[in-house]
Amino acid sequence: MSIKVNQQEHQLTKLSIENEMTIYTALEHKTTLTDHLKNNKDIQIDLSGVTEIDCAGLQLLLFLKRQAIEQQINLTLTQHSQAVVEVFELLDLGNHFGDPIVISADWKQ
Amino acid sequence: MSEFDSALKIFAQESEQLLLDMEGALLSLESDPDDSEMINSLFRAMHTIKGSSGLFGFNPIVAFTHEAESVLDKVRNNERAIDGELISVMLDSKDHTARLIEHCLSSPDQPLPDELTVASDALIKRLTGKQHTHIQAQATDTSQVHSEGGGNISIDDSWLISLDFRDNAFRNGMDPLSFIRYLKTLGEIKQILTFFPEMPHGEVMDPESCYLHFKIAFTSDASKQTIESVFEYAADDCDIKILPPNSKVNAYLQLLDSLDENHVSRLGEMLIQVGALTEHDVEHALKDQSDAQQDTAKPLGEILVEQQMVQKPVVEHALKKQEQTKQKVAAENSYIRVDADKLGHLINLVGELVISSAAMNLIVERHGLTDAGDVAASMNSLVSSIRDTALELRMVQIGETFSRFRRVVRDVSNELGKEIDLQISGGETELDKTVVEKINDPLMHLIRNSLDHGIESPAQRLAVGKPAQGIVQLNAYHESGHIVIQIADDGAGLDSDKIVEKAIANGIIKADHSLTQQEIYNLIFAAGLSTKAQATNLSGRGVGMDVVKKNIEALRGSVMIDSIPGEGTTISIQLPLTLAIIDGFMVGTEQVRYIIPLSMVDECIEMDSTESEINEIEHFINLRGHALPYLRLGEYFNTPKSNVVKKHESVVVVKFGQDRAGFVVDELHGEHQTVIKPLGKMFEKLKGITGATVLGDGNVALILDVQGLIEAAIGKRKRKPALLH
Repeated sequence: MSIKVNQQEHQLTKLSIENEMTIYTALEHKTTLTDHLKNNKDIQIDLSGVTEIDCAGLQLLLFLKRQAIEQQINLTLTQHSQAVVEVFELLDLGNHFGDPIVISADWKQ
Repeated sequence: MSEFDSALKIFAQESEQLLLDMEGALLSLESDPDDSEMINSLFRAMHTIKGSSGLFGFNPIVAFTHEAESVLDKVRNNERAIDGELISVMLDSKDHTARLIEHCLSSPDQPLPDELTVASDALIKRLTGKQHTHIQAQATDTSQVHSEGGGNISIDDSWLISLDFRDNAFRNGMDPLSFIRYLKTLGEIKQILTFFPEMPHGEVMDPESCYLHFKIAFTSDASKQTIESVFEYAADDCDIKILPPNSKVNAYLQLLDSLDENHVSRLGEMLIQVGALTEHDVEHALKDQSDAQQDTAKPLGEILVEQQMVQKPVVEHALKKQEQTKQKVAAENSYIRVDADKLGHLINLVGELVISSAAMNLIVERHGLTDAGDVAASMNSLVSSIRDTALELRMVQIGETFSRFRRVVRDVSNELGKEIDLQISGGETELDKTVVEKINDPLMHLIRNSLDHGIESPAQRLAVGKPAQGIVQLNAYHESGHIVIQIADDGAGLDSDKIVEKAIANGIIKADHSLTQQEIYNLIFAAGLSTKAQATNLSGRGVGMDVVKKNIEALRGSVMIDSIPGEGTTISIQLPLTLAIIDGFMVGTEQVRYIIPLSMVDECIEMDSTESEINEIEHFINLRGHALPYLRLGEYFNTPKSNVVKKHESVVVVKFGQDRAGFVVDELHGEHQTVIKPLGKMFEKLKGITGATVLGDGNVALILDVQGLIEAAIGKRKRKPALLH
């Protein structure tokens, strides 16, 4: 399972996604993540382990964000990996998600 | 020409004259700067042009001439001196005005090209010493007009690319991101919007389906073609729209302007050529167009704009350009008007040239000048092509004459209360202009006859089981050096009993006639014969058909009539293509030479060959088992017999329509370019001869009337057995 529940304290659920977020994992991720959305009001997803993200993965993130807003869930993305940042920058989506993105100095441009 | 067009023409001529006067005045002012009359003339020129231009709304001319006029007004009131500098500025202004006028006349709806605007401003500055802004303001106005309609692009310099991926894009292995990354290598993404309005909520959302749409504002120097090629592999799973930047619109407009004006291209082709569209765009739009229902299909331009493939002004401009090109091409295709007399003179000269070239050939041959022979031969072939070309100049299509009859048919059928449809075919058939002119009246007469006598009233037609609408067909085609014009109707046909009755009553034939059906029909061409009981103002007075026949025969043509009772009548007119020069076949008998129009010669046979056998008693030639009527030309024309012992005789088999006959001659001289010289009035009645020609050696050869001679030969054959029995 590439999605781990790291911590659950008070209302906050911290999840992390590992490895790829692509068309191959999209269905599985969607099922797992929508389940978490049903049960929690405050979710943090750690993206630092995402090694590869494609458009299907991105679409899933967009979908989750919209679902979260509709269900008045506080969904934040944290620790964006280089792959995620690259895509966010390409599509200029940083503002859409509204989460602070930390760009590591180690990343190769 | 509309009144406005003719007014424009007058304006063009008037201003041209005024500008010429102005130039003359300026040049004479150079030597005599105080000539007030000249200054007045300058002022008048500018003033008049300004006034007339104002009438037509040619604002750039008004603006410019206004300045020139003001300066000249000052000169007139001695507020400004005439010097060399002013004269040279005025000369430039005069030239510039001419250019402005030319522009306004040729493309009144176009904004002033930049170079003219710049030139206007520069000249105004030189005239007045101040920068003028009126024209500039106008130029910006028009550029604003052009940028309208591009509507939903926010950034002027950017391409607007819309990517609408379809559901299956991910499943088919597409990653839209990779296309966008690739696009980035071609230029700069100014703005990108990602949206997903159709993405379902909750469970229904299939994460493997693609719901994403992108709108990208993109700046790049790449062509539309190149940009499109980025998305080449996505084409099956994505609707791609690439709208060129607004800044490109003007470039496209300019490119459209500079497109070749010599042939009309289709809208799509033009837009591809300037790079506003790619072939893919056009194919796509054309497919949409053909997929649409017949009645809902839109013009290509509209589809292109609707699909946001190109801005509206570009399409509009392209259409306008297309229209202009069409007009230009049409204008270029139209003819040079040449005085018919000049053309006639040319044809005469060519005729003389043909004769003298024949004379030269003869001398070359007589003196055995072998080296001159080659030169003569090549000149000969040139002369014959000059002859053909010269004659072609006079060839016109008969279609125009034909279409004039549409109106006649329409009017007459209304008048007669009949429903008649005129069907025209073979309108592109060409024949000599003079023949066309002379055939017009006979044709008119024959058509009126068909309308009046031929086609029955709708009630009568329905009664005999024909459709109420009658049909008159007008057809033309070429046949062995002749043009055949047919007028066919599907009317009642000719009533041969009535014709015979009338002909006997008029004393044209005797009661014990033995005429064939065909011959009876042809009686209607006899003077004073009309079977119509009641003469109308259209036809039926019994005058006319004989005139028709006479007119046609005067053109060395013939007319035949065929009719099937109840089914209709067909009149066929055979006419020679030209009246001036023909390809002839020269034969000789008893030292006299004759020309047979080559087109009528079928074959030549030597009499002593086994193929044919002459039967003097029955008066026919047995030609490979067929009886062929014949004439001995020498006998027929009663030429005195020479003492020369004949070695052998030849037969020239000629045909005219369905009829064939053999002419027995002594010598075959071969092909000969024949300039037809009409015979004088004295010889008009001669039978068997239509004209004469001058040979290279100065002798005269007679041109045979093949049709008449065939009839004579057939007649002879008929009579001979009767005499014997």
